Amino acid sequence: MTIKKSKIVGLEQVVVRFAGDSGDGMQLTGSLFSDSTAFAGNDFATFPDYPAEIRAPQGTVAGVSGFQIHFGRKTVYTSGDLADVLIAMNPASLRANRKWIKEGAIIIVDYDTFTDKGIEKAGYTTDPCLDGSLDGFNLIKAPISTLTKDALVSLNLDNKSVLKSKNMFSLGIVMYMFNREIDLVSKYFETKFKANPLVVEANKMVLAAGFNYADTLEVLGSTFKVEAAPLEKGKYRNITGNVATAWGLMAASERSGRELFLGSYPITPATEILQELAKHKDLSVKAFQAEDEIAGIVSAIGASFTGSLAITTTSGPGLSLKGEAIGLAVMTELPLVIVDVQRGGPSTGLPTKSEQSDLLQALFGRNGDAPVIVIAAQSSVDCFYSAFEAAKMSLEHMTPAILLTDGSLANGSEVFKIPRVSDLPKINPPIVQANDPNYKPYRRDPEKLNRFWAIPGTDGLRHRIGGLEKEDGSGNVSHDPMNHQRMTLLREEKVMRVANYLPDQIIYGDENADLLVVSWGGTYGVMRTVVEKMQKQGKSVSLAHFRYIMPLPKNTEALLSKFKKIVVCELNNGQFVKYLRMSFPQYKCEQYNKIQGLPFMVAELEEKFNALLKH
Amino acid sequence: MENQIIETQSINLTKEDFSSDQMVKWCPGCGDHAILHAVENVFPNLGIRKEDFVVVSGIGCSSRFPYYMNTYGFHSIHGRAAALSTGVKVANPKLSVWMITGDGDCTAIGGNHFIHTVRRNVDINILLFNNKIYGLTKGQFSPTTPKGTKTKTSPQGSFERPFNPGELVIGAQGNFFARTLDTNPKHMTAIFIEAEKHRGTSVVEVLQNCVIFSNKAHELITSRETKEENQLMIEHGKPLIYGANRDKGIILKGTKLETVKIGENGITEEDILVHDSHEIDPGVHVMLSRMMPPEFPVALGVIRAVDFETYNDEMDTTIKHEKEISKIKNVDDLLNSGGTWTIE
Ligand SMILES: Cc1ncc(C[n+]2csc(CCOP(=O)(O)OP(=O)(O)O)c2C)c(N)n1
Ligand code: SF4
Ligand SMILES: [Mg+2]
Repeated sequence: MTIKKSKIVGLEQVVVRFAGDSGDGMQLTGSLFSDSTAFAGNDFATFPDYPAEIRAPQGTVAGVSGFQIHFGRKTVYTSGDLADVLIAMNPASLRANRKWIKEGAIIIVDYDTFTDKGIEKAGYTTDPCLDGSLDGFNLIKAPISTLTKDALVSLNLDNKSVLKSKNMFSLGIVMYMFNREIDLVSKYFETKFKANPLVVEANKMVLAAGFNYADTLEVLGSTFKVEAAPLEKGKYRNITGNVATAWGLMAASERSGRELFLGSYPITPATEILQELAKHKDLSVKAFQAEDEIAGIVSAIGASFTGSLAITTTSGPGLSLKGEAIGLAVMTELPLVIVDVQRGGPSTGLPTKSEQSDLLQALFGRNGDAPVIVIAAQSSVDCFYSAFEAAKMSLEHMTPAILLTDGSLANGSEVFKIPRVSDLPKINPPIVQANDPNYKPYRRDPEKLNRFWAIPGTDGLRHRIGGLEKEDGSGNVSHDPMNHQRMTLLREEKVMRVANYLPDQIIYGDENADLLVVSWGGTYGVMRTVVEKMQKQGKSVSLAHFRYIMPLPKNTEALLSKFKKIVVCELNNGQFVKYLRMSFPQYKCEQYNKIQGLPFMVAELEEKFNALLKH
Repeated sequence: MENQIIETQSINLTKEDFSSDQMVKWCPGCGDHAILHAVENVFPNLGIRKEDFVVVSGIGCSSRFPYYMNTYGFHSIHGRAAALSTGVKVANPKLSVWMITGDGDCTAIGGNHFIHTVRRNVDINILLFNNKIYGLTKGQFSPTTPKGTKTKTSPQGSFERPFNPGELVIGAQGNFFARTLDTNPKHMTAIFIEAEKHRGTSVVEVLQNCVIFSNKAHELITSRETKEENQLMIEHGKPLIYGANRDKGIILKGTKLETVKIGENGITEEDILVHDSHEIDPGVHVMLSRMMPPEFPVALGVIRAVDFETYNDEMDTTIKHEKEISKIKNVDDLLNSGGTWTIE
């Protein structure tokens, strides 16, 4: 297909948002556009925005499903905050997404759906395309439904099937706008709908119709091109945070030679990890869907005792239920990875919205002095590496590790440069050899302070462990006061010594900057975007973004000491900042918090940091 | 049915192989001592390597058990032993897993894990020490405490309706349920062996006496004077006959069980119900589990033993099959599967 274009405008980066009714197929549209973005060589990140209800009434704001993609010719750190292009398949999706678009953005609507009824269902009193409320935007009122029908007359399909493919019309428009080839998508139809040639044909025809419509559309004036990003040579794929977490754990299983056991109970937004691991019995994964979160973790502790790489996955409410059992794993000094995909809380809270509010629970939410390793993934792709590292630390130091991810990372996707498993570090759990004459259940490694893993079935190592306090060395039950103090300190020190094996905390920017911005976990992308932007403007701002939370990297204190002004930014009511103030009371930390179940926006952070720089 | 007992000839073990060096701290006279001895007698005779036993418990007096057995052992947290045992067994199905639990541990705080483990039919043995009281916390009523019993938390007499563990197990689609007595070592031994032989979740309710907080809770069926008339030793294929003179029996009349006297009203031994523990239909098994004095004797022995796929076998079979048919052989294959692209 030849494209005649009046003008091609080169862009550094673009955010496109597809929005429609749940039934409009926006997720598929978005993911097909992502595939084509990958093919164009851009770096990109995506985020799906599902309605909270499974089947909200059609045409209402509650039923709107969205998909956002941010792509660029440079590294893309986030799925973007405000969109440059919005595709709205009905009035409700326009209404729901009106606040997520940039001033002057291009809005393409299926104007056929802007009937009196459609407008009313969306909660508008007047047609927003006519009442002037979209002045200043580049509004394209495309009769998508009608044109889709026209494109398909020759196929004699029923009305429902026809309308089902109208998402491909809008995809065709967007493909044209960004100078993409549509053959790739057509090929996808051929494999996906192999069993139904009519559907293949219909989708191809509608896609081409959308593409051609855009070609003849005068309002568009120009098309856009985002040049390929200078990505390193290699093989790439697109991956969501939850799948990355599951795969990182499987990689750790392979590198440690320990079979993977998962004990888990479904909960949004962590469920996909369980689903993904349940798929991979081909890699010997034993995924046990338990009757509740407690059985999930306790079965994992049983499997850990038995020599497996044991995992439990959950979200905040589930982490609360697991508290007592985490204490058991602390006491029995067994490896165990607890993945908490954070969501808005407390209680059921905001199940489908992201937050960073389980940090203090992860650090301290148990009876007794019960320290565990805590690490936080910083991007969807980093979920792979963080999960791997959490497993490595837990296995080698014989203590539970909590991995914090969040709803945004979990559902968002990014471009993932495929690593080779053999390039990942080897994991060496301290397994005791049969008949080791020196074996005692609580004998410790002098460096790491871990005890050793004596696996049932092994000759000469029978022993008992449990939740009662243990005598140092022998592991016999002990109520001795001094022993309890010693053991408490040993458990603490064992976790602190993990820091000896961590890299130093990095600073992005100058060590003498006027302002140090501190963040952790899932906000990495937006923090880097803002700080880089301000640095380019000559602002004296640096960023320290933490992945290792417990223990903190050893240079943390030295690093903080260099800055006169520190601000800690979090999507909660100030949890990491409390932890830093507690750990380093000598430094004054300001805080910036957002607790709306929404990610930080570049502009709000910029404003805050500029204000701090002024004082 | 494949028999789990392996290499019987090559394994020579004695009771001493299983006694741990820990001081046993149950009250003198507690029924738990006798159960421990019975288990110590059973383990050497199962043909299982001593390293292949794992004893798991929750919390309670009874749950101290693993410390007293020289095996791999795990004293976990209150109510969760079933989940922990599941993890052990699924992770390594070659192990012989024994879960020790109390009536509170198993049917109160751990009730949910218990019924689901039974439902899944994980191949473990559960010894439920039923003293009908919370022992370790010093005498509060439990879900198995008979109605009307005065305890520290039911000073006016409990008005809750108790669980019958057998009914609970069978209701949860359990395939093996047996009942035995802490005062009858021979019977306990035989039943524990049956439990190990059965593939799937084998639940054995051991009527156990707590001398301190529910002393004589099982007296009618344990005391020399009354036991013959109040206990019915059942065996697969044998008629349900009991009584000091073996002149009483159980018949099925309509949809109910009834006690009858042999020789009276024309009843002969032929009329007595013959126990079929392998019957899939749980009807009679539930009725037998429910029998209680004064109307009925208490049934002791294997009430139900039915074959069914175990969770751990199904897991292993599925894994084996998936490994055969899947193109993905390692994580590298996985990482490179599906949609990928290359930047040259
Ligand atoms: C989470 C939790 N709740 C409560 C307790 C207190 N507790 C310990 S054992 C027990 C009841 C034990 O009764 P049972 O299971 O019948 O065992 P027994 O002591 O009678 O053998 C209770 C309530 C606990 N240890 N943990
Ligand atoms: S309190 Fe009762 S159950 Fe506990 S050890 Fe003493 S007699 Fe046994
Ligand atoms: Mg009890």
